[in-house]
Amino acid sequence: MAAATASRSGLRSALPLLAPAYLWLTVAIFLPLSAMVFFSFMTELPLSGKPWAFTLGNYAAFFSQSLYLTLLLASLRLGLEVTLWCIVIGYPAAYVLAKVLKGRSREAIFLLVILPFWSNGLVRIFSWAMVLREGGILDTALNAVLPFKINIDLMYSYPAVIIGLVHSYVPYMVLTCYLTLQAIDDSLIEAGRSLGASRLQVLKRVIIPLSMPGLVAGAALIFVPVVGSFMEPRILGGRTGTFYGTVIEDQFVAVFNWPLGAALSFILLAVVLVILAAASPVLKRAA
Amino acid sequence: MATTRVLEWLGRLYIWLLLAFLYLPIIIMALMSFNVSPFYQLPFEWTTEWYASLWQNDQLIAATWNSVEIAVITTIVCTVLGSAASLALYRYEFRGKKFLQALLFPPIAIPWLITGTAMLIFFFGVGIGRGLHAILLGHVALALPYVIVVVSARLQTFAPELEEAARSLGANQWQVTWRVTLPWIMPGVIAGGLFAFAVSFDQFVVSYFLATPGQTTLPVEIYAAIRKGFTPEINAVSTIIIVVSMALMLLTARFFKFGGEK
Repeated sequence: MAAATASRSGLRSALPLLAPAYLWLTVAIFLPLSAMVFFSFMTELPLSGKPWAFTLGNYAAFFSQSLYLTLLLASLRLGLEVTLWCIVIGYPAAYVLAKVLKGRSREAIFLLVILPFWSNGLVRIFSWAMVLREGGILDTALNAVLPFKINIDLMYSYPAVIIGLVHSYVPYMVLTCYLTLQAIDDSLIEAGRSLGASRLQVLKRVIIPLSMPGLVAGAALIFVPVVGSFMEPRILGGRTGTFYGTVIEDQFVAVFNWPLGAALSFILLAVVLVILAAASPVLKRAA
Repeated sequence: MATTRVLEWLGRLYIWLLLAFLYLPIIIMALMSFNVSPFYQLPFEWTTEWYASLWQNDQLIAATWNSVEIAVITTIVCTVLGSAASLALYRYEFRGKKFLQALLFPPIAIPWLITGTAMLIFFFGVGIGRGLHAILLGHVALALPYVIVVVSARLQTFAPELEEAARSLGANQWQVTWRVTLPWIMPGVIAGGLFAFAVSFDQFVVSYFLATPGQTTLPVEIYAAIRKGFTPEINAVSTIIIVVSMALMLLTARFFKFGGEK
C-alpha cells in the first residue's frame, strides 16, 4: 500500500530522518550491550588505573560456585510462578472483558485495569508493604473479621515477593489476552455450542487455542522482567529476597566487581534471548 | 439461559475483585499519607503534616525537579527524533528496513537491569560518566522505541493518496509533511510523547545505576528512603507520583487507544 509513494527515493532520503534516532540508540543501548560483553572477559575495568588482562574467570566463577547457578534457578522459578499466577488471574479477567462486558462499561473497566501498568512500579511495590506488614491492613482486617487471633506477617517472605510481582505484571497478561480474545469471532463459539459441545469443550478446543498468541506474548512480557527483577525482592523479600537480580545489583553498587557483574548480566541476557526466541514462532503466527 | 446469566454475573464480580486487588494497596498507601501516626497505627486521624514536611526536604525537592526536567527533555527529544524515524520508515523502501524495525525491540524486551548495568559500564568506560546527563542519555534511548512504535501505528491509518493529492496540487515535500502528514499523525505524536514522559518520569532501574549522590531522580531517592525504613513522608511523595502518572495515562488514553476497539 505504501509501496506506491515508497521506493521512489530509498535510503538516501530516509537517512537524515533515521540517523539521529538510531545513532542515539546505538550510543546508549547497542554499544553499551556490546561493551558489557567485552568487559565481562576482563580481570579489572580499564581506566580504573589497575592493570587488567583478559580472562574467563568471571564465567568460571558462575559455573564453579553453585551459589550463582542456584540463584539463577531461583529467579527462573520465581519468573515461572509469577507468570502462572498472572495467567490464572489475568486470563479469566481478559475473557470477561472481551466477551461478557459490552460498550462503555467495557471501555472504562479496561482502562482501569491497564491504568496501573504505567504508574510507578516502585511505588506500587512499596504500597504492598503497607498491606502485608504485621499490624498492617491485612493483619488488622483479618483479625477484625475472624473470631480467633492470627498473626499475618507476610512481609519479608517469598509469598510477599510473589504477591508484589503478580500485582505489578498482571495487567500485561490482561492486555495481551484481551487483544486476542476480542478478535475471536463470536459465531465460532456459537457454532461450537450449537454442535453440542459443552462450555468447557468450547473453551478447550476453540477459545484457548485461538488466544494462545496473546497468552504467550503476555507470558514472555512477564517472565523476562521478573527473572531480572531486583527492587521488588529487596523491598518485599528482605533477607529472603536474594535472587539473581539482587546479586547483579550488588556487584555494581556494593561489591564493585563490575566485570563479574557484566558476566552475570550477560548470562541473564543469553537466557532471556533463548526464551524470547522460543516464544517467537507463536508470536509470529499472531502477527 | 439461567446458567449464562449466573456466569456473566460471576464474571463481573471477578473483574471487580481484580480491580480491588489492583487498587486497594495504592489506596491504603495514599490514606496512610494522611494519617497522624508515623508508625501507620490505626485509628485513622487526618493530617497533612507529612505533605508539609515534604516541602522542608530539600533533597527530595531537588530530585523531583531533576525528574521533571529529564522527563520533559526526554519527551521533546523523543517526539522529534521518533516522529522523524517513523516517517522515514513509513515513506521509504530500502534494504535493511526490516532490520532497523527489528532493532526497536531489544531495548523494550531486555530487562532494564541488564540495559542499566551495561550503560553504567559503557558510559564509565568512554568517559561520559554518571549523573543527570547520563540518565538523560539513557531515558531517551529507552523511550524512543515506544514513540516510534506508537507513531508508526498511527501512520498505518494514513492514506498515502492524501500526500499524492497535495503534491499534485503543487505542494513541496516540506509543505506536504507539515500541512498534511503531521496534522494527521498528531494524536500519535502526542500519545508517543506522553508515553515517553511516563517512561522517563517513572524510570527507576536505569536511573538507579546512573545516578550519583548529588545528581539523582525522585524514584532513586524514594528507593534509598524505603531501604532506610518506612515513613509516612514516603507515602506522601508516592501518592503524589501515582496521581501524576495516572493522570498522564488517562490523558494518553484520550489520544491513543491501545489497540482496543476498532
